[in-house]
Amino acid sequence: MDIQVRVWRQSGPTDKGRMVTYDVKDISPDASFLEMLDVLNEKLILDGDDPIAFDHDCREGICGACSMVIDGTAHGPEKATTTCQLHMRHFKQGDTIDVEPWRAAAFPVIKDLVVDRTAFDTIIQAGGYITAPTGAAPEAHATPVPKKDADLAFEAATCIGCGACVAACPNGSAMLFTAAKVAHLGLMPQGQPERDTRVIDMLQAQDDAGFGGCTNMGECSQVCPKGIPLTLIGRLNSDYRKAIRKQV
Amino acid sequence: MAVTGFLLVAFLYVHMIGNLKIFFGEETFDHYAHWLRSIGTPLLPEAWYLYIQRGVLTVAVIGHIVAAVILARRARLARPVKYAHRPKVQGSYAARTMRWGGVIVLLFVIYHILDLTTLTLNPHGVTGEVYRNVAEDFAPSRWYVTLFYTLSIVAVGFHLRHGLWSAVRTLGLQSPRGEIYARATALVLSVVLVVGYLSVPFAVLVGLVD
Amino acid sequence: MADFWNDGEAIVDTAAPEGDIETRWERRKFSAKLVNPANRRKLTVIVVGTGLAGGSAAATLAEAGYHVKSYCYQDSPRRAHSIAAQGGINAAKNYRNDGDSIYRLFYDTVKGGDFRARESNVYRLATVSVNIIDQCVAQGVPFAREYGGLLDNRSFGGTQVSRTFYARGQTGQQLLLGAYQAMERQIGLGNIEMNARHEMLELIIVEGKARGIVVRDMVTGEITTEMADAVVLASGGYGNVFFLSTNAKGCNVTASWRAHRKGALFANPCYTQIHPTCIPESGTHQSKLTLMSESLRNDGRVWVPKRAEDCQKPAAQIAEEDRDYYLERIYPSFGNLVPRDIASRAAKNVCDEGRGVGPGGLGVYLDFADAIKRLGKKAVEAKYGNLFEMYQRITGEDPYEVPMRIYPAVHYTMGGLWVDYDLQSTIPGLFVVGEANFSDHGANRLGASALMQGLGDGYFVLPTTLGNYLANGPYEKISEDHEEVVAARAEVENRIKRLLEIDGDRTVDSFHRELGHIMWEYCGMERTEEGLTKAIGLIRALKEEFWQRVKVPGTGEQLNQNLEKAGRVADFFELGELMCIDALHRRESCGGHFRAESQTPDGEALRHDDEFSYVAAWEYATGESAKPTLHKEQLEFEYVHPSTRSYK
Repeated sequence: MDIQVRVWRQSGPTDKGRMVTYDVKDISPDASFLEMLDVLNEKLILDGDDPIAFDHDCREGICGACSMVIDGTAHGPEKATTTCQLHMRHFKQGDTIDVEPWRAAAFPVIKDLVVDRTAFDTIIQAGGYITAPTGAAPEAHATPVPKKDADLAFEAATCIGCGACVAACPNGSAMLFTAAKVAHLGLMPQGQPERDTRVIDMLQAQDDAGFGGCTNMGECSQVCPKGIPLTLIGRLNSDYRKAIRKQV
Repeated sequence: MAVTGFLLVAFLYVHMIGNLKIFFGEETFDHYAHWLRSIGTPLLPEAWYLYIQRGVLTVAVIGHIVAAVILARRARLARPVKYAHRPKVQGSYAARTMRWGGVIVLLFVIYHILDLTTLTLNPHGVTGEVYRNVAEDFAPSRWYVTLFYTLSIVAVGFHLRHGLWSAVRTLGLQSPRGEIYARATALVLSVVLVVGYLSVPFAVLVGLVD
Repeated sequence: MADFWNDGEAIVDTAAPEGDIETRWERRKFSAKLVNPANRRKLTVIVVGTGLAGGSAAATLAEAGYHVKSYCYQDSPRRAHSIAAQGGINAAKNYRNDGDSIYRLFYDTVKGGDFRARESNVYRLATVSVNIIDQCVAQGVPFAREYGGLLDNRSFGGTQVSRTFYARGQTGQQLLLGAYQAMERQIGLGNIEMNARHEMLELIIVEGKARGIVVRDMVTGEITTEMADAVVLASGGYGNVFFLSTNAKGCNVTASWRAHRKGALFANPCYTQIHPTCIPESGTHQSKLTLMSESLRNDGRVWVPKRAEDCQKPAAQIAEEDRDYYLERIYPSFGNLVPRDIASRAAKNVCDEGRGVGPGGLGVYLDFADAIKRLGKKAVEAKYGNLFEMYQRITGEDPYEVPMRIYPAVHYTMGGLWVDYDLQSTIPGLFVVGEANFSDHGANRLGASALMQGLGDGYFVLPTTLGNYLANGPYEKISEDHEEVVAARAEVENRIKRLLEIDGDRTVDSFHRELGHIMWEYCGMERTEEGLTKAIGLIRALKEEFWQRVKVPGTGEQLNQNLEKAGRVADFFELGELMCIDALHRRESCGGHFRAESQTPDGEALRHDDEFSYVAAWEYATGESAKPTLHKEQLEFEYVHPSTRSYK
């Protein structure tokens, strides 16, 4: 099929950037969205143009590298799907598709569609872990974990840190990302000793990184490729309230 | 946001119950209006309670607006470059219209005070004749007032539908079942409020109250 | 044939203690020298790669008090490709009381590796396996649990005991996040200096010891030299030499290969694992292949049409009697559950006969119709729902209605830099962990063992053995003006300059794709002397063409993804050639390496233990026409005696 893409081009962090239109001819409906861009890039290179830079790695929906807003939706029109797993069969012959980077002050554009998501790592550094020095671990069966808790913790832990939640949030908030980690660790018995400091420190780091405030819009959960539920934000707020109360 | 919001919602409900007294006739309604001014007496001088309540409400409204402005400002700073392709709304419209909806509600509140509290814009405008003030206000010939009132109340409804649920969420509700419960409650409370408030002007319009 | 290499002296692993295998690791730990905690802060360790091995090593070394500098090409350490591992992680916990033990895990791994792995290393791996699970649970890894709250286990990859711990189909992700979080904690504490989007392009050796690396900042293009007391490579496998593989697009051999060029021996490069259950190629645009968990074979039945002319028909129109359930037919006792190498080769054989299905005839059916009939759609969905969804998302076909199509794809590389028992390469101070080394899997890796090895190396083995090396210090501080450092840096800069100056008429990807075709065709599932000889010629010619015709757009002073790729592909050419030479010299079939000339009358792999029971460690040959030198490390089997694998 033949389509047009309008892609955000920005040569570097200081460039102003603009949308540029390209024709892409004869694309297989079985190609993934990134493979479509590969094909376009091959042509751009041979034509002497600068190929489009975009983050990608595993191309199987788990590493969280790919990050494009496609026609106004983070990761494109398919639910629970990363950009790398989105296939061209979901578009029609003759479509014009807009492709933009994640837009957030905390995720500055490096080039074209590539943004810097170090802010997520910074949030994790603030408390997104359980302190467990190597070698000091007790026997794994020493503490049983109710299956229900383990399953819910797992669900929260499936977050791939792609940043779609931020990209989609009208407030540019990273609440769903932070909430997922707070829930994962807070649900495990091993995570209890640091539960209060974790939520306070991670939220502080999130605010410091320049993310917006959460107003429970729910856009984040809608675009999340792993379907992280919005209820986790309630869980985070509850943990936060309790932690603050204990502090006072 | 959540705390001030809850205060305001509580007031809206009390206000609505008062409004519905209009269906018990002119005398009851005017009597009720008068009673409002005497709450707290003789402990407090006449109308003091009312002024205390007005003070609290004003603080709540200002607090609510300040919080909203801070959030909006943070949101703007958090996304300095806008999307070229306007994002599709995937969550709820109620959530996405909070800010504009809030502004409409605020404008309405100002008008509403000028209309039925200070009576500056009221066609009847006689202090103490509350029933008549209302009845004249929503007279069929002044359909545009009714229309504006209706739109504003619907905006309040939308605002509450998201606001109530969001407030519960902000204060830390967590289980998936609680989630469904909270959403349903927010919806029911909003609908009841909209119906309750709209019943008055429409009653005037169809002649049930005149 | 010997035209392609020189024979060199034998090589011996002197680090492993002798005697009773069960106490070897204990004794090595005790004999290892210790570094005074007060001195650790003054010692710097570079760790390249942040996957299971690199992430766990960096976190543990930093906890121990060393100053760690970590590098990864991804934008965050959390994205290393370990994250994509699905199945699980083995550990000899014997929670099921089904007769598992450290010894049994050791035994299964040596046997599964087709008797081409070191007993000492494998035994140690089995020993630390139990500590890994404890460690991960303490970090909050949400493993699957039973209703009683205890950890769940499953049987994996045809083993008879249930020793695999898992977190739905995302075990690698959860384990990696555990290591990543431990690492981020240390970054926050200032003990690890994290350098994401940095690629190692050269190893710096001073006075015979690894003392640093040359890295390129992938955002600014800045080239810097980073010095340390020791260097750890945890840079993963080299499956991307095949272009299409289940690896991430960025996976590469450059870090390992640069070390190899500087003198580190490269062991068993031809041992690659081909995974039988991947989603087939859909066309020329294909950029990578997606693996589906092998657990699918527990309930799915593999078949192709009996007649080639039926292949174009929809599966539903092919009558039961016209279907060939070839695995069940050839291997009646194991059926669809034969090991990975056997299932893969059988699929290739039927496709070579013209009986493959789907685009290009490169696929076989994996049919769940019987399972759905037997267990009900609900039960199948509960077990495989997420895999079915993934398949449907990629292919657009509904596996509940039409059989899945699968085809083998390169998945893991058992070969890697040669290391001794201490995980030290032949360059003092250069340690190699995880998939990047060759050490524990022999010629074939068992399912759920890669995660075990990565974490075992990083959490438990390396911190001890690296400490021993550092205790032998202190090593003199090296200035960035040292001639070796300046030379290494100049080499990197010149290479980048050269790549940018060619300005030819072919893209990097087109070369990579062509190299991949050659490797898959001649050095893939089945290798022959004729094919390999041909491949070596083709690769050499293609490499020459690459250096004349490649077009790398842009400059070196910016984010330039094609420049990154070009450097990696240039190294893949050299690696590909060595893989073919290694495959050529090994005139036997073993594990992932099947030589057509070495098979039993009924077409099964035939090992030659008398001739090839050794690790082939290759020394890089400098100069254009020079030949690599083969050093053999003889393998001794004191505990598990070589036997023939039989799955019939």
